[in-house]
Parts: sequence; C-alpha cells; structure tokens
Amino acid sequence: MTEHCWIRIAAVDTIPLREGRAVQIGDREIAIFNLGDRFLATGNRCPHRGGPLCDGIVTGTAVVCPLHGWKVGLDDGRVMRPAAEARCVATYPVRVDEGLIVVGMPASAGAASGRSEGAAA
Amino acid sequence: MKRLVVVGNGMAGMACVEQILAYEPRFHITVFGDETHVNYNRVLLSSVLAGEKAADDIVLHPIDWYRQHQIDLRLGVRVVDVDPENRTVMGDDGSVTAYDTLLLATGSSAWMPPIAGLDTDGVFVFRTLNDTRELTRRSGPGVNAVVIGGGLLGLEAARGLQVQGCRVTVVHLMATLMERQLDADAGHYLAGKMEDLGIRVRLGCTTTAVVGDGRVEGVALEDGTVLDADLVVVAAGIRPNVALAYKAGVHVNRGVVVNDHMDTSSPEVFAVGECVEHRGVCYGLIAPLIEQGKVLAATITGNRGPVYTGTVQAATLKIMGVDVFSAGDWSEQHAEPVRYEDRALGIYKKLALRDGRLAGVILVGDTSDSHRYMEWLRSGADLTAERRHLLFPPPAADAGLGVADMAESATVCGCVGVTKGAIIAAIHERGVNTLSQLKECTRASTSCGSCTALCQDLLRAAAPEFEEEQKKVMCACVPFPEDRLREILRSQKLRSVQEVLDIYGDGVGCEVCKPALSYMMDMLWCGDHDEDRSARFINDRVHANIQNDGTFSVVPRIRGGVTSPAELRRIADVAEKYQVRMVKITGSQRIDLLGIRKEDLPGVWADLGMPSGQAYTKGVRMVKTCVGTDFCRFGTQDSIAAGIEMERRFEQLYTPHKVKMAAVGCPRNCAEATVKDIGLVGVEGGWQVVVGGAAGKGVRKADLLATVATTHEALEAAELFFQYYRESANYLERTYDFVERLGIEKVRKDTVYAPEAVRRGLLDRLRKSKARAPDAWHEGRDPKHPTQFIPLIPLETLA
Ligand code: SRM
Ligand SMILES: Cc1cc2nc3c(=O)[nH]c(=O)nc-3n(C[C@H](O)[C@H](O)[C@H](O)COP(=O)(O)OP(=O)(O)OC[C@H]3O[C@@H](n4cnc5c(N)ncnc54)[C@H](O)[C@@H]3O)c2cc1C
Ligand code: SF4
Ligand code: FES
Repeated sequence: MTEHCWIRIAAVDTIPLREGRAVQIGDREIAIFNLGDRFLATGNRCPHRGGPLCDGIVTGTAVVCPLHGWKVGLDDGRVMRPAAEARCVATYPVRVDEGLIVVGMPASAGAASGRSEGAAA
Repeated sequence: MKRLVVVGNGMAGMACVEQILAYEPRFHITVFGDETHVNYNRVLLSSVLAGEKAADDIVLHPIDWYRQHQIDLRLGVRVVDVDPENRTVMGDDGSVTAYDTLLLATGSSAWMPPIAGLDTDGVFVFRTLNDTRELTRRSGPGVNAVVIGGGLLGLEAARGLQVQGCRVTVVHLMATLMERQLDADAGHYLAGKMEDLGIRVRLGCTTTAVVGDGRVEGVALEDGTVLDADLVVVAAGIRPNVALAYKAGVHVNRGVVVNDHMDTSSPEVFAVGECVEHRGVCYGLIAPLIEQGKVLAATITGNRGPVYTGTVQAATLKIMGVDVFSAGDWSEQHAEPVRYEDRALGIYKKLALRDGRLAGVILVGDTSDSHRYMEWLRSGADLTAERRHLLFPPPAADAGLGVADMAESATVCGCVGVTKGAIIAAIHERGVNTLSQLKECTRASTSCGSCTALCQDLLRAAAPEFEEEQKKVMCACVPFPEDRLREILRSQKLRSVQEVLDIYGDGVGCEVCKPALSYMMDMLWCGDHDEDRSARFINDRVHANIQNDGTFSVVPRIRGGVTSPAELRRIADVAEKYQVRMVKITGSQRIDLLGIRKEDLPGVWADLGMPSGQAYTKGVRMVKTCVGTDFCRFGTQDSIAAGIEMERRFEQLYTPHKVKMAAVGCPRNCAEATVKDIGLVGVEGGWQVVVGGAAGKGVRKADLLATVATTHEALEAAELFFQYYRESANYLERTYDFVERLGIEKVRKDTVYAPEAVRRGLLDRLRKSKARAPDAWHEGRDPKHPTQFIPLIPLETLA
C-alpha cells in the first residue's frame, strides 16, 4: 500500500461540473475532474504527446485529449483509445473534506523526481 | 343509389370506405365521426405526444378527399341511436339519417378499471388527438405523471410525457411489462430500458385510488404508498364500442360478431375495426383491421368472394431507442424455444417453434430481423433446413440478397398491407424512385414506419434513380439524424446539452455530439439556453486556439484586412509585454500572436482592445478584401467597404463549420472570392454572389447564387445563404459540402428565390441571433466561471 500525504487543493466549486482543472503539486502537474458525484485526479499530460488532459472533453468517466483525441480513463489512467495503447497516466485518490477537494499524493512525491506519468500502472 | 351510413370516422372505417370506393356499384356515403377531426393516423399519436410529429403530419384523409368522393362528412356528431325497423340513425345533434346499409366502425374506448377517483381533474386516457393535445398542454418540466398500465399504449404515453418534461412513473398490475406481448425475461429487459430512460417502473402494483381535492394530487397503491401525481393517464386496456350494435339488433359477444365474409347477423348491418370480434378475437392493432376492411368492401358491394381468416398479430413498441417486437404465439408450451441474449447490449431474442415451424417471436434490443420472422409466421414454412441460422442469418454475399430472397407475395408493410410485388410494380410502372414517392403511391411505411428500412432496401435494389433520403445519425450517443435533432430541440424546447443527452441519448455523450449539440442550442436559442462549457472543445471554453504545447494563439479581428498604425502599435506592444513567441501574418490577411499562456489570455485581449477574430472556433472567420475602386485601376465595386460591412453583419456568430469570405472589386479575384464559403465578386454594374467555394483540403470553385445590381442586395443574398447554412447544415459540414449535397438549385430555391415570408424569416432570425451574440473576448473581463482561465493553486503545499 502506498502511503498518502493528503493535500487540500481548493473549494469544490472551483471546478465546474464535467470539467477539469490543472494544479501543480510539488513537481507534479495534476488534472482534477468534477464528475458530479465525485472528483477524480490523474496526471495532466497525455501519454501521446503531452496534451493537457484538464482541457479535454469529459465523456462518462474518461477524458478526450484536446490535441489528437486520445481517450484516457479517469478511474485507472488507462488509455482507452487507441485501443492497443499500453501507456497510461498516473491516478491520485481524491476526497472531499468540509467542502474542499483533497488529493492524496504518494508520500515520496515532492522529494523524488515524481515523473511517474507514462510509467505508473 | 343506395345509401351507406358509416358510424366512426377512424382508421379502420375510412380504410374500408377507401376500398368500397374502388368497387361498383357506388353508394351515397355519409360518415359520422364524434371527433372533430378528419381521419388521422391514431397509431402516430404517440409520436405527436413525443414531439416527433405535429398534428398536421398525421392526417390520413384531408377534407378534400371526402369532397372528391362526395362523402357527406358529419364531424362532431355522435350517433346515439339506431332504428333497425325504419333503418335510420339518430345523431346527438337531433338529426335522423336513413340508410340502406349501415357500417359500424366505432372502434373502442379506454377501459376504466375499478379505481376510486377516476373522475378527478387531471385524469386522462390516451386515445384521441384531443386527449393528446390536452396531455401536451398539462405536461411540462416539474410535472409528476403517473401512467396506470404498462402495456404498449401505457409505455408510449409514459415516454411521450417524459419527453414533455414530466417525471413519469408507470404503475403496472402484472409482474412484468407488456405481458401480453412479452415473456417475463423480455419484460425485464424492457423494464431496464425504460428505467435507463429515466422512467420509473413499479410492477405488481394494484392502484386503489386517485387522490386529490378536485385536482389530482396522487395515486394510492394497495401497499399504502401514495405516488405524487399532477397528471394520471389510464392505459389499462380497451373495450370495443358495441352499444350501437346492440341497438341495431346484431349478434354481439365481446365485439360485433362477424364471419369470414365479414357478415354480421343482419344483412343490412356491417362492422369493421376494433369493435369487431372475428373467430373469438377482437383485434387492437391496425394491420388486421385493414385486412378486414378489404374483405368487407367486397362483401358489402355484392362482390362476395374474398374471406378473412384471421391475422398473426405483431406488435412493435414505438419508443425511439427501445426496440421491442413481438408476434404470434411465443409461449413455450409444446414448443421448442430458441433463445439468444446479451445482457450488456440489452438484446434478447426468442423464437418458439412448433413442428419445425415458427409459432411466435420476441425481439428486444434488436428488431432488425422482424420481417424475416413475420414472413416465416405468415407462410408457416418448414424451417428444418434453416435450423442453424434461425437467429443469425448466414452472412449475405451481397447486400441486395435479403431483398432478392423475398417472395413477390411477401408483405413488406404489414399495416397497410403492401407486398414486395406491389412495391416493385410501383417502381416500374409508376416511376417511383424515393421513399416519399413510394409512400405517396402505395401508402407503404406510412403507418407505424417499422418497414422503412426494408422499403429503402427495395428501392435501392430496384429503383433506377434511387435517392437516399434516410440521413445518417449524428453519433451513437444520440442516435438521431441531425435534422431530426434540430427539430426535436426546437419542438421540445430543450435548452441544455445534458437534457438532450438524458432524454434522447445515453446520458453521457462524447466529444462528437456534445459540441454539435452545443452549436444547435446556440443557433436555435441565441444565448437563451444553458451554455454548458463542459460540452465545448477547449478552444470554445477559452476563446483561443490550443497549440501543440498547450499554449494558445490569439488572432484579433481585423475587418476586411484593413488596420491602422495605432492598432499595429498596440499589437506590437502586446506582443512585447507578453513575450509572444511569434507574430505572424496569417493566410487570411490578419495577424496571429502565437504561444500565449491560458492565464494571460484575458490580459492580452484587454490590452489589444480588439474583438475576437474567432480563429479558434466554428464561426465567422474573416472577409478578405482587395483594394477595389478605392485604389485599383480595374476596380468596378467598393470591395473594401462591402467586405467590412459583410464582416460586421456576420462576426461573432457561430456556424456549423468555419465560414471564410472575401469581397473583390473585379473578376481578377485578387482576394480569391471564388474559393471562399461566401464571395462577392464585383462586376460592371453589380455583384455576383458566390457560395460553397473551397481551397483547403480540396479545391472547389464556388457556385453562383445570384447576380444583383446593388451592394445592399448582394449583402442580403449573402445573409440569406449564411443563415440558411447555419440552420440547415450538419455540424462540421463546410459550405462546400453543404452546397454540393443540396445542389445549388435547391439552395437558390430556399434562399434568394424563396417566398418573401421565408426570406424575411431567415433575415429576422439572423438579426435576432446577431443582436444577442456578444464578443466572446468579453469573458476576459467577465469570466463564465472564476477558474475559466486560471489554474488552481493548492491551498497548502506539499510538506
Ligand atoms: C494561422 C493560419 C495559418 C497562417 O499562419 O496563415 C491557420 C492555422 C490553422 N489552420 Fe488553417 N490557418 C490559416 C488559414 C487557412 C486558410 C487560408 C484562408 O483562410 O484563406 C485555409 C484554406 C481555406 C479554407 O479554410 O478552406 C486553411 C485551411 C485549414 C483547414 C482545412 C479546411 C478545409 O476544410 O479544407 C484546417 C482544418 C480544419 O478546419 O478542419 C485548418 C486548421 C487550422 C488550425 C486551426 C489547426 C488547428 O485546429 O489547430 C491551425 C491553427 C494553428 C495554430 O496553432 O494556431 N486550416 N487555413 C491561418 C489563419 C487565418 C486567420 O487569420 O484566421
Ligand atoms: C396512442 C395509440 C397508439 C397506437 N399505436 C398502435 C401501433 O403502433 N400499431 C397498431 O397497429 N395500432 C396502434 N394503435 C391502435 C390503432 O390506432 C387502432 O387499432 C385503430 O385506430 C382502430 O381503428 P378503428 O377505426 O377500429 O377505431 P378508431 O380509429 O378509434 O376509430 C373509431 C372512431 O369512431 C368514433 N366513434 C365511436 N363511436 C361513435 C359514434 N357513436 N358516433 C360517431 N363516432 C363514433 C370514435 O370517436 C373514433 O373516432 C394505437 C392506438 C393508440 C390510441
Ligand atoms: S480584384 Fe480587381 S479591382 Fe481588386 S485589386 Fe484585383 S485587380 Fe484591382
Ligand atoms: S497529445 Fe493527447 S492525443 Fe496527442
């Protein structure tokens, strides 16, 4: 089990329904999405060529990258389109605490290089 | 001439009269109808309630038809008595009408179950156009509706009310929905699909009372629950209207009893339709009633011969996206069932075979093979040789095979009774090439519409100049053709993308349909809608074009390509202040500032003090101009002024795809107007207005829309085309495809040659949209959402 260090980000209404917003935490750039019934967080950079996932259109629990249309699952960070693509983005646990979005970072983040995107499973 | 009096101006009655008119001798015909409408297609009332059709669209026999055939039509008159001795009928208007032959086509009425309070205001049945109108009037967002009865009619009513905005619950006595047509498994699939649409289904519930003080407030169930209700629809079954038949002295059981020649027990009295009972069966679907009418017409006119021996009943649920079909006897007693199901896809199929022949079929989720099964049911063919291919036909070697395989005598349209042979004959003998011509000529596919695909296949296979009319659906999430969707949005007054997805789609949507629906909203409601940025591509969320590194480009509007030293200076200052990576003259006579961070966009726009050039969106791009009469020795028209004015009239508006324009002073065409979406080409004494040109992915020379004398007229022609394109093109369809698809003759007919009222309409709607279209860059000062341009800053940092 990864240890998490929980970081308070912002009030829940800073991210509109079905949109995403980017946030820099330590040396990681994270995209947080508001799915209505919950928030989900992933690395912000598309495994294809680094497109900003926070700017994509949310479809169900996936986001479509604004640059070339790759589709990335927000639950597990897996690339869903193209289907054969094995790369994925990191995901981070999110909870809501007293009206604030709180993201869990691996305890090692910040210190380490943190470039887990594209490598994490 | 003998006098024929028809009681009941409904579907079965008039279909029969139509047949009677084909025979000699002729009758003098009087038709009584207690509804105040001419004969209309009752089957399509569900579509009217669901907003898919207007009342005018479902007329079957317009008033002229009655006139043409010298039918004495007595609308709004109810026949209340019959005197078989003197052979007269009495109307509720006091009239007495004599007959030699009486035809009862009184249909049936909704059966009212023993529930207290059914006379409360707000309780309806769903049978007539008036019922439908009243239901439409009383329903709407926030209204709680309860439908009592989960059969075909109840479910269609439920869907219609939901589309009107109501929160709908269906209360059904039995343990599964549509239990007359479906087995328990299929019923469960169906219930799931209804729930997916957002309609609540309560099964195995007895309704005890409708409660409310004067007006409906709720529906009480046996278990003590009271469901909130402002509106109640009773759809618990139908009862044949036989009161007059009793009075006419004919033998009545559940319905008016008829034999295979369609005789009743009296030689002067006949009956057809839902009020009839034949071999113990009262039919409640239109197809058998039309078959009865054909036989009756022969008998009643003294051409006795044809017989009616009963019909295999087939029912189709008419709810878009909920495909349900059932026919014959599908019970498993003494039968071999053959099944297929796929829970994830929501598909369930069951065939019941007896002695190697098909006895019944149930299809849920995929009804595309219903015709194959109907044919097997009708023909009673021995299927032993087909046993391996019952549920999945062997892959056809060529697409036309299915059609070629069909027997000439096979019925294509079950409702109206049109065979393959009749359709082929219409194609060859009557020159039918399109679906609408086929409908006109044979009436095929005019009733429930479930044979439309098959008709198309036949046309495609046999018609020499077949034209495809069926449009492609927009996407799998909202499976409707775009023109249909525009109509639905308009008639249902849907004002948010999510609402459309919830009601007509999968509730989720994707990057294809969401921006398209967003455009439709904006075009139809001009800002009077819920503009949902989550349904927009990023460019339209922040009004700039995203680039390969996630930064944005900014192209301010420079109308007609004409700028000023002061403006250029401001642009230069902005470029320095924000350290713009590149300043570039674009291919469209404008200036592009490239490599700007999202958070800097509001500042850049404020400092530029120029409106958005919409270089990032499907909207109005630029009007390129040449120098024209102001400077050029060949100029015949003031292309700069005309171009700038055109840009002013269209700018800030959104379009199905980008619109690029140009105005040039003479046919030398220095600003390339003939390869633009709209071009004004100056000629001696006037302008040529050209549309649908392209020089991008492909090259297409624009078509001439009109040649006019004045700049005023040229701009108006451009406006007409522009708005027409906005309203009728599919999303992401450039004008070069749009004009090519429709043909310039049609475009002209619908714009510059259209009747005055149509042209006024286009211009008015354009002006209205324009008046309400803000410069998108105002959002720099007044953001749609506080974090529209700003990245989040964590409240605390990583320790
Ligand atoms: C900036 C500009 C190139 C330049 O530096 O000159 C440009 C840049 C882009 N063009 Fe273009 N086009 C530019 C003039 C043109 C022209 C010439 C013209 O407008 O007269 C054409 C041919 C005419 C036409 O539109 O048909 C043109 C045909 C296209 C096409 C192909 C359109 C087609 O249907 O054939 C696309 C792709 C598309 O729209 O699907 C496109 C798409 C693009 C996009 C928006 C690609 C994208 O989605 O990111 C480029 C944005 C680059 C960026 O990072 O900002 N661009 N593009 C020009 C901006 C004009 C302006 O002031 O608004
Ligand atoms: C909402 C709805 C959806 C349906 N969907 C389908 C479907 O998808 N497929 C299908 O096959 N069938 C469907 N049906 C059933 C189909 O419409 C009927 O089977 C068909 O209309 C019956 O025709 P008819 O002429 O016997 O009766 P009607 O069409 O009801 O005509 C009888 C007419 O006689 C009038 N009348 C009765 N008594 C008198 C009197 N004493 N004096 C004067 N006038 C009188 C009635 O007001 C009525 O106008 C649907 C019905 C409804 C209501
Ligand atoms: S289009 Fe004609 S008038 Fe305009 S600049 Fe070219 S040559 Fe001159
Ligand atoms: S960078 Fe995301 S699809 Fe190319």
